[in-house]
Amino acid sequence: MGEEKKFEFLEHMADAYVAAYGKDLAEAFENAALAMFDVMTKVEDITPKTEDYLEVKGKDEYALLYNWLEALLVKFETEEMLYSKFQVQEISRSPKGFALKARIWGEKYDPQKHVQKVGVKAVTYHRMEIIRKPEKITLKFILDI
Amino acid sequence: MSSKIPLERLTDYTWRIPQYKPGMRVPGIVFANKDLLDKMQTDRTLQQCVNVAHLPGIYKYSITLPDGHEGYGFPIGGVAATDYDEGVISPGGVGYDINCGVRLVATNLSEKDIRPKLAELTNAIFKNVPCGLGSRRKDFRVTEHVLDRLVMEGVQWVIDQGLGWSEDAEHCEERGCMKNANPDKVSTTAKNRGVTQIGTLGSGNHFLEIQKVDKIYDEKTAKAFGITHEGQVTIMIHCGSRGFGHQICSDYLRVMERAVHKYKIALPDRELACAPGKSKEAEDYYQAMACAVNYAFTNRQTIMHWVRQSFQQVFKEDPERFGLKLVYDVAHNIAKIENHKVNGKRRKVWVHRKGATRAFPYGHPEIPADYRSVGQPVLIPGSMGTSSWLLVGTEKAMEVSFGSTAHGAGRMMSRTAAKKRYWGGDIKKALEQRGIVVRAASSVVLAEEADPAYKNVDIVADVSHNVGIATKVARMVPLAVVKG
Repeated sequence: MGEEKKFEFLEHMADAYVAAYGKDLAEAFENAALAMFDVMTKVEDITPKTEDYLEVKGKDEYALLYNWLEALLVKFETEEMLYSKFQVQEISRSPKGFALKARIWGEKYDPQKHVQKVGVKAVTYHRMEIIRKPEKITLKFILDI
Repeated sequence: MSSKIPLERLTDYTWRIPQYKPGMRVPGIVFANKDLLDKMQTDRTLQQCVNVAHLPGIYKYSITLPDGHEGYGFPIGGVAATDYDEGVISPGGVGYDINCGVRLVATNLSEKDIRPKLAELTNAIFKNVPCGLGSRRKDFRVTEHVLDRLVMEGVQWVIDQGLGWSEDAEHCEERGCMKNANPDKVSTTAKNRGVTQIGTLGSGNHFLEIQKVDKIYDEKTAKAFGITHEGQVTIMIHCGSRGFGHQICSDYLRVMERAVHKYKIALPDRELACAPGKSKEAEDYYQAMACAVNYAFTNRQTIMHWVRQSFQQVFKEDPERFGLKLVYDVAHNIAKIENHKVNGKRRKVWVHRKGATRAFPYGHPEIPADYRSVGQPVLIPGSMGTSSWLLVGTEKAMEVSFGSTAHGAGRMMSRTAAKKRYWGGDIKKALEQRGIVVRAASSVVLAEEADPAYKNVDIVADVSHNVGIATKVARMVPLAVVKG
């Protein structure tokens, strides 16, 4: 298809070490979320039929990434929702820090339909990186599993 | 990666990292043989040991145990004690899975008694104890109000609900309840994650095994723990505080980040975020952490209850007939206020055990009365399909490791590499060829948790034994594995 890779898993001894890519920060955040759900199940099998909306804040971009992923993880654990489509509409900056608004699409977890990979315990700051190059942003982070 | 970190050999099993950096307040000590040490030098384990030595108020040395590997902030397999008044408490020194721990249950059955029903029993347990991705219970859910009571009263509360026997609580670390738990210090998000997950095993490296005693090394102590003969069937439950504890850790990492700025604490790593022991932030964290500790004890208690129920379903007899007595339940990720001798003086300290097992000696008032003449049981689970260990705490541990020893095998191969090399179906087949019954929620987890992906737990137990920080009592091997 010639499409660029959205994310990949890097070598890490104990947990899931993710590199997520995007042409801008918003797209990289979307692909980071996709990668997290791909740790848990096959994202291709998550039908994006239910729409939801998320707003998260963070004092810096690292905290914003952490809080974004954690908010999605909490959605899974409390509402049993899996997501496969993300649209980060806005990442804004104020003196207080950063804020993100996103529309997300997914469906309720169904063990019959969604193959089980491994549960994510938590997002971490360990080795978290935001690497900026012209027209390409790479996010690196580790999920505790 | 950490090859530049200077190491001095003290004995075959003890290595010292001198205070080679200006910020280090104490040296590092690594308990490992040469092989385990070489492995630690391939990731950031030793760097993290050095980082921990920067914590304000840290006493004696930053300790890395034989199963040490790279974690978040602290190495996994790390111990640090800081002064109660002048030191700090760090959620990173406990970890995301607060009171991830192990429980060992002894039956009065032998392998031959159980073999004909082994598959049926494993199926019953697999059905009665939800495990795997997003596992939750349909039959035992608590409201937020009930959850508050559960985390304040711990194991005794669920025993009062009929999920246990009266003597169970006595055989848990802290008698299954840290008294300072305060649910007002826990976020609604954490509680929402917690309400549906009591009595579930979770995923990743957590497991439940039916085992048999393979070898007894210390007959007198084994007998005191209820382990009477080789071939005796035991049950091991390895899990933690589920999403409830993970969220509490995450919430308080944020609080501690602000505290680091407020109290102007200089740290080499964001994930070592901490607060002075006497601060409001520290008190709040310690009260919230205790809630997660009690949640995890309770989680393992209810799982044990459903294991006992599974015996009843399969053998159609009262579970008491099969023994099924709790040997001990011990935490692997915890911070505690303890008294330890430091340079001849008795000090009140915050002991952080991140992937470490408390290993108190005979006579210690904190261990159950019926074990006080021998010492505290130490439980070291192996990886899937390998052996697990029962050891006993020692006076030496009080002298050199703040009453602590190793907690497990520790990974040797990444999950990504394990998945490339192994396929879940093959792993299952290989285990079954050895007569081990396997029930797993996820084939991916089977591959990721393949036995060669871990260090040899026997070597970890050897180092603990040879250093003397917990000595061998018995080794167990699996008959059946239930895996998330």
